[in-house]
Amino acid sequence: MHVEAQVRAKLLTNTEQYSQITDDIARPIEAAPNKEWLFWTTISAIVMTVCCFGLIGYLLWEGIGVWGLNTEVGWGFDITNFVFWVGIGHAGTLISAVLLLFRQTWRNSINRSAEAMTIFAVLCAAIFPGIHAGRTWDLIWFAPIPNTRGTLWANFNSPLLWDVFAITTYLTVSLVFWYLGMIPDFATLRDRFTRKGKDVAAGIYGALSFGWEGSARNWSRYEIISLILAGLCTPLVLSVHSIVSMDFATSVVPGWHTTIFPPYFVAGAIFSGFGMVQTLLIVMRRIYKLENYITMEHMENMAKVVIATGTTVGLAYMTEFFVAWYSGSFFERYVFINRAFGDYAWAYWIMFSCNVLSPQLFWSKKIRTSMTATFILSIFVNIGMWFERFVIIVTSLHHDYVPARWANYTPTWVEFGIFLGTFGLFFTCFFLFSKFLPVINMFEVKTLLHRPKKPSGIPEGKKDEAVHAH
Amino acid sequence: MKSNLIVAKFWNPDTLMDALAEVHHKGIPVYDCYTPFPIHGIEQYMDIKRTRLTIASFIYGLLGLSAALLLMAGVNGGALDLGWDIKSWQIDVGGKPYLAWVDFVPIAFELTVLFAAHGMVITFFIITGYYPGKKAELLDDRQTDDVFIMTIDADKVVRHDEIKQILTEKGAFEVKTTA
Repeated sequence: MHVEAQVRAKLLTNTEQYSQITDDIARPIEAAPNKEWLFWTTISAIVMTVCCFGLIGYLLWEGIGVWGLNTEVGWGFDITNFVFWVGIGHAGTLISAVLLLFRQTWRNSINRSAEAMTIFAVLCAAIFPGIHAGRTWDLIWFAPIPNTRGTLWANFNSPLLWDVFAITTYLTVSLVFWYLGMIPDFATLRDRFTRKGKDVAAGIYGALSFGWEGSARNWSRYEIISLILAGLCTPLVLSVHSIVSMDFATSVVPGWHTTIFPPYFVAGAIFSGFGMVQTLLIVMRRIYKLENYITMEHMENMAKVVIATGTTVGLAYMTEFFVAWYSGSFFERYVFINRAFGDYAWAYWIMFSCNVLSPQLFWSKKIRTSMTATFILSIFVNIGMWFERFVIIVTSLHHDYVPARWANYTPTWVEFGIFLGTFGLFFTCFFLFSKFLPVINMFEVKTLLHRPKKPSGIPEGKKDEAVHAH
Repeated sequence: MKSNLIVAKFWNPDTLMDALAEVHHKGIPVYDCYTPFPIHGIEQYMDIKRTRLTIASFIYGLLGLSAALLLMAGVNGGALDLGWDIKSWQIDVGGKPYLAWVDFVPIAFELTVLFAAHGMVITFFIITGYYPGKKAELLDDRQTDDVFIMTIDADKVVRHDEIKQILTEKGAFEVKTTA
């Protein structure tokens, strides 16, 4: 028997009927697009087209000479952005998979949008290694297919190839998990539109619903495979960022060559992802009036995860410093001192204050429950985590063993533009998602409702409520 | 969907479970239930066995693992003689061993997950018969919203009126037989 303390804050407020949940979640889909939504979606789509697609076209035409990379700093904005976006994706999987395994019911109302965020973030991430490779048309060489290129086989010893496998698996498995979760909700929307006589919408959601009718036998299978998918996604999400970190950790570059990287990167990824989830949900719950579903309890829980992961990241920064000193390696020590006090000290201290200090404000309940403060802090987390990757990549590369080769890295407008463009891509996808797909998992939220009220249009039964609980 | 079903509709999942318990207790076999969300514990009253999809998933995972190891060992180590000059594909990375199995762990893991997840979901759709664009067979247009339905195969039971009586007593707001 499942017993829950009554003192716990409710995860679903002011809701008494199952159909009320359907009404609330279907409202944005049924309503005509409002002006604000149209405005922001258009802006995002323009940014996506011009900055992301347009500048990538320019880049492919001209070559990566239009970036500020040089022989010393060979990885700049491209890989920073890649790691940044992959990291953001991690919170979605953590919410949908890890919290499912731990039976945290507060995930029920935020998992859908968090998973959507994961998929769009990984899409943005996948762009960067592709364009960074220079001759993008040769990406086919990553595929392990028999060829006539002789020894030009994919190198299975290379962490960059591991990344290809990890990101592909992560993207496709997350997509399947997300879609599988939406099938029952598509069926709900299909039947709702059929009742209202909107045949086109009913047809579209009907095709997407795969003919789902809510059979208990299939629910039983559905629940098991969701659990197994969660079980598969949990090590997957840990492996993805561990492998991303190995792009650095398996090298022999001081500042990268550290064994702490996999757990450090995973903690950072979850931290940045939760920052982004906070940013998105604060806006979404307000615009779509979802305060009854994404309650203060949810926002507070996320803030607590941010404190925990932010502090873990802080511990990792300090451990790195300690180990650099303790290792006795001259080059390792130099890189870390240079990181904190050298040419890029400003970036290091932005990173440190945004990631380690600002989340500590969440210890105060007043700040956790203030949406303005949480929104501002979540932006800080995003900024800080972008700088973390920038600091790791650029400061470790710009001063290496031979002082004569030292160089600095200045990104060009093309790099800024493409980075901005990925935000356009991300938000275009997210806005379209929030308008046309159910942003909250209706069927999972319905399980949170106990003692429902009798719906309208139902004739009087002999007995309306069960005498005993099960 | 089968025709000739006794269909009982409820608006409260607790009432449905109560009726199911009673029906199960009387030894009446339940054909299926249709609910807007999964109801935990419903399996015991419907004699639903635990799905074997988990085993299928494990087998797909093993398949993925073997595929990955064979691929990498075949290419890097030249362990597979596929009839062409496979040795020429070996890549010498600083004199490291060709069969550096530790390097194979990440890709082997990723392909295990890839095969296990996709194989299991595809099998789920095959055995449940759901496919894109399939037309749903509904007993009530609110069964995916807020109506909970229990169905009993009328061909497998006798004394239909008595069963209908029980279902009504137990709180069904509508009981009927489909043609």
